Amino acid sequence: MSAHDHDHSHDHDHSELSEVELRVRALETLLTEKGYVDPPALDELIETYERKIGPRNGALVVAKAWTDPDYRERLLKDATAAIAELGFTGRQGEHMVAVENTDDIHNMVVCTLCSCYPWTVLGLPPVWYKSAPYRSRAVRDPRGVLAEFEVTLPDDTEIRVWDSTAEIRYLVIPKRPAGTDGWSEDRLADLVTRNSMIGTGLALEPSTLEDAA
Amino acid sequence: MNGAQDLGGQMGFGPIELEENEPNFHAKWEERAFAMTLAMGATGSWTLDASRFARESLPPVTYLSSSYYEIWTRGLEKLLLSNGLVTEEELKEGRKLEEPKSVKRVLLADDVAGTLSKGAPVERDVHQPARFQVGDKVHTRRINPEHHTRLPRYARDAVGTIEVVHGVHVFPDTNAHGEGEQPAWLYGVLFKGTDIWGRDSDPKLTLRIDLWEPYLDLAR
Repeated sequence: MSAHDHDHSHDHDHSELSEVELRVRALETLLTEKGYVDPPALDELIETYERKIGPRNGALVVAKAWTDPDYRERLLKDATAAIAELGFTGRQGEHMVAVENTDDIHNMVVCTLCSCYPWTVLGLPPVWYKSAPYRSRAVRDPRGVLAEFEVTLPDDTEIRVWDSTAEIRYLVIPKRPAGTDGWSEDRLADLVTRNSMIGTGLALEPSTLEDAA
Repeated sequence: MNGAQDLGGQMGFGPIELEENEPNFHAKWEERAFAMTLAMGATGSWTLDASRFARESLPPVTYLSSSYYEIWTRGLEKLLLSNGLVTEEELKEGRKLEEPKSVKRVLLADDVAGTLSKGAPVERDVHQPARFQVGDKVHTRRINPEHHTRLPRYARDAVGTIEVVHGVHVFPDTNAHGEGEQPAWLYGVLFKGTDIWGRDSDPKLTLRIDLWEPYLDLAR
């Protein structure tokens, strides 16, 4: 009986892995044998998005915009160039636009048709951003979506939803939290979450960092 | 195409599933599927628009019941087959049975950083003046093409206002199907929520959608 249970769970685990995992393994073997892909290049691609390109990039952009009025102006005028000043350029960030949250306006970004996302500043998108619940509802019921992220905005706040249908990629500049006067860019960047730059979150309050410290 | 990918405004998908400290990848195979898709894209055998079409033209049941990187894997397999880079039998066997086709380039590890940081800009030279200017009221066309398009269903036959003239960009509707880039003016168009969803809209909702000139007419 216990042996049967063991076999069963083993088979189950195996088949869960196998369907798609074996398919992907077979594909890599085939493409490598054909000479179309170079496995070390695959490792390097993965490594890049695991270690080098992520939401810290965007947080540095936002923190600079918060502290440097000239930079903020350049960012709002030509985000691609302003973001390139910090060294963040390239794939899925070729044509950037920065949009700023204010007391009256809240911006939120979605791609209803696929998963367009500003990789250069935020890295790869989280699963929820690519999922049907978010993509279907963000454009129709943004307040309902925000509630699931525990964000509540005043009724008279305009909610601007940006549907990334072209190759323009949007970065939200969240509002700078009060009580952060005189903070360094590096410390401010710790308040800038990924979700705050998609528009499904707000920048962290300074007290959250103090709690952590 | 009116495929399962065109999700804006659909209902019934339930709550958004959030994961604390979510990793980029949830399994090794996701990493490999991701990297293979990028590396094959770098061979120049097809366009980014073609790869989007390969994914969205999966049967709706498959699209909606597959995880994201499964969709990418299936899309990649379709592109490899339709471009004659692999055969059905090779996919099934997971090994080379026929000599490879030549590709424009193979991405090597040393070139990854340079290739990514260069990206693939899609803005092109201007050859004719823009038909619309900021402030113009435009009417999105009522179209239902079976080919790739980036005019979402929820924004068809709707009136909006040109807010930004982005420039001339590669036109996905043709570029996805080997019919060339046919660059066209791209506009940022502002819609009131109520003009899209009617009385069911949040009164303070506005939408911005990037739309190419061939999707638009002057509103009367």
